[in-house]
Amino acid sequence: MTAYDVVVVGGGPAGLCAAITAAEYGASTCLVDRQDSLGGQLVKQTHKFFGSKDELAGTRGIEIARVLSERLARLNNTTVLLEATALGYYSDNVLAVEHGGAFKKIQASSLIVATGASERMLAFPNNDLPGVYGAGAAQTLMNLHGVRPGKTVLMVGAGNIGLIVSYQLRQAGVSVAAVVEAAPVIGGYAVHASKIRRIGIPVLTRHSVKEVLGREAVEGVVVWRVDASWQGIPGTESLIDCDVVCLATGLTPLVEILWQAGCRMTRVPELGGHVPVSDENMQTTVPGVFVAGDAAGVEEASAAMLTGRLAGLSAAHRLGFCPEYGPLSARARRGLASLRTGPTSDKIRAGLQKLKEALP
Amino acid sequence: MGLGGPHLRISEHPILSFARGRPVSFIFEGTTMQGFEGEPISAALHANGVRLLRHSPALGRARGFFCAIGNCSSCLMVVDGRPNVRVCVEKLREGMTVERQSGKGHLSMTTVESGS
Repeated sequence: MTAYDVVVVGGGPAGLCAAITAAEYGASTCLVDRQDSLGGQLVKQTHKFFGSKDELAGTRGIEIARVLSERLARLNNTTVLLEATALGYYSDNVLAVEHGGAFKKIQASSLIVATGASERMLAFPNNDLPGVYGAGAAQTLMNLHGVRPGKTVLMVGAGNIGLIVSYQLRQAGVSVAAVVEAAPVIGGYAVHASKIRRIGIPVLTRHSVKEVLGREAVEGVVVWRVDASWQGIPGTESLIDCDVVCLATGLTPLVEILWQAGCRMTRVPELGGHVPVSDENMQTTVPGVFVAGDAAGVEEASAAMLTGRLAGLSAAHRLGFCPEYGPLSARARRGLASLRTGPTSDKIRAGLQKLKEALP
Repeated sequence: MGLGGPHLRISEHPILSFARGRPVSFIFEGTTMQGFEGEPISAALHANGVRLLRHSPALGRARGFFCAIGNCSSCLMVVDGRPNVRVCVEKLREGMTVERQSGKGHLSMTTVESGS
């Protein structure tokens, strides 16, 4: 059985930064990812990121994936295991992994879980028809594999993902009939909203999907107005002609392995659902198990990079590496606090406060 | 299905260029189709206008993919006789046989022993 000081599950922005940091401070590090290349969902993000210079603000997501992967590759105390799926973590610090059809065991003195999040479904009749896709799924199909998801899309949700993917659909030559948003206001940044308005895509606030039409695939959608308590108003229906419906209605943390590892979990709606109880240094309630990125609570990639760095510092420090841990971790926490200022982060701050109160 | 055809493949994009594998043939429900080696089976099917990938076990409802990254298991198909393959993450190879799955799928002992 191979043994490492730090094993990281998930090679997205959080996992990459965690692995880079732990290795830079001397810990032997193994990064496990189920895909055939690193970067997680950055590999389909063609837009430029916000945040601070340290987190590569102003750079496209696809470029960030490349920069971080190269940074990791330059370190000689790291191992990357691709097309490898983590199956479970056991009390003797063993991570079970499926790799190339074989069952493998890896000894991990510290474990960092950076498994990300999955897209949420929305309840309406025919929501299971082919052509109802996660917005991220449409993005994967067009930006990674070069295939258009269809001719005309209805986007559900005007948060940042819904707005950004609508713009990218148009860049790929797909028409977007409208963006519907059940809330009275657009949730995403004004810069993204004005971009899609400029190219003529209407945003219908206080609207939602009543039902999807079709037998074997999406053939159209009936939308309607919703009242202040989010209920559809009969008589306000209109038919949207489209062959694809994209759901951008939020993400929920992918935390199965943390449940299995015995971490205390708590449900915080502001963070996307069930998350592990973790302290300000990303330590969960199981000693030696850390969490980073969306698995700790759904935020943006820039925050994922910083929680990854913090988890990497903590995981290495626990094993005696990184003597400068005090000031370095404080700096990472300050960076996070500055990302989370402003009204767009109200929800995140409320969620993190609840998480703090759940600490033993 | 009124979809499909070469217009679904993106040839020009303001930001991206696509490094595709070599063209390969595969068989979907008895029909020979073209795709690119190494792309997900679901991407190749989608480009050929195929969105219906299976029928659900209880109600026999039409299903396609949902997440496209291997999380949700909405896209299970029978590939080279092996059921429950997530075609959104399974790579296309020359000569593959891809079939719609109905129900939970059946794993035969010969499939197990050949390790395919």
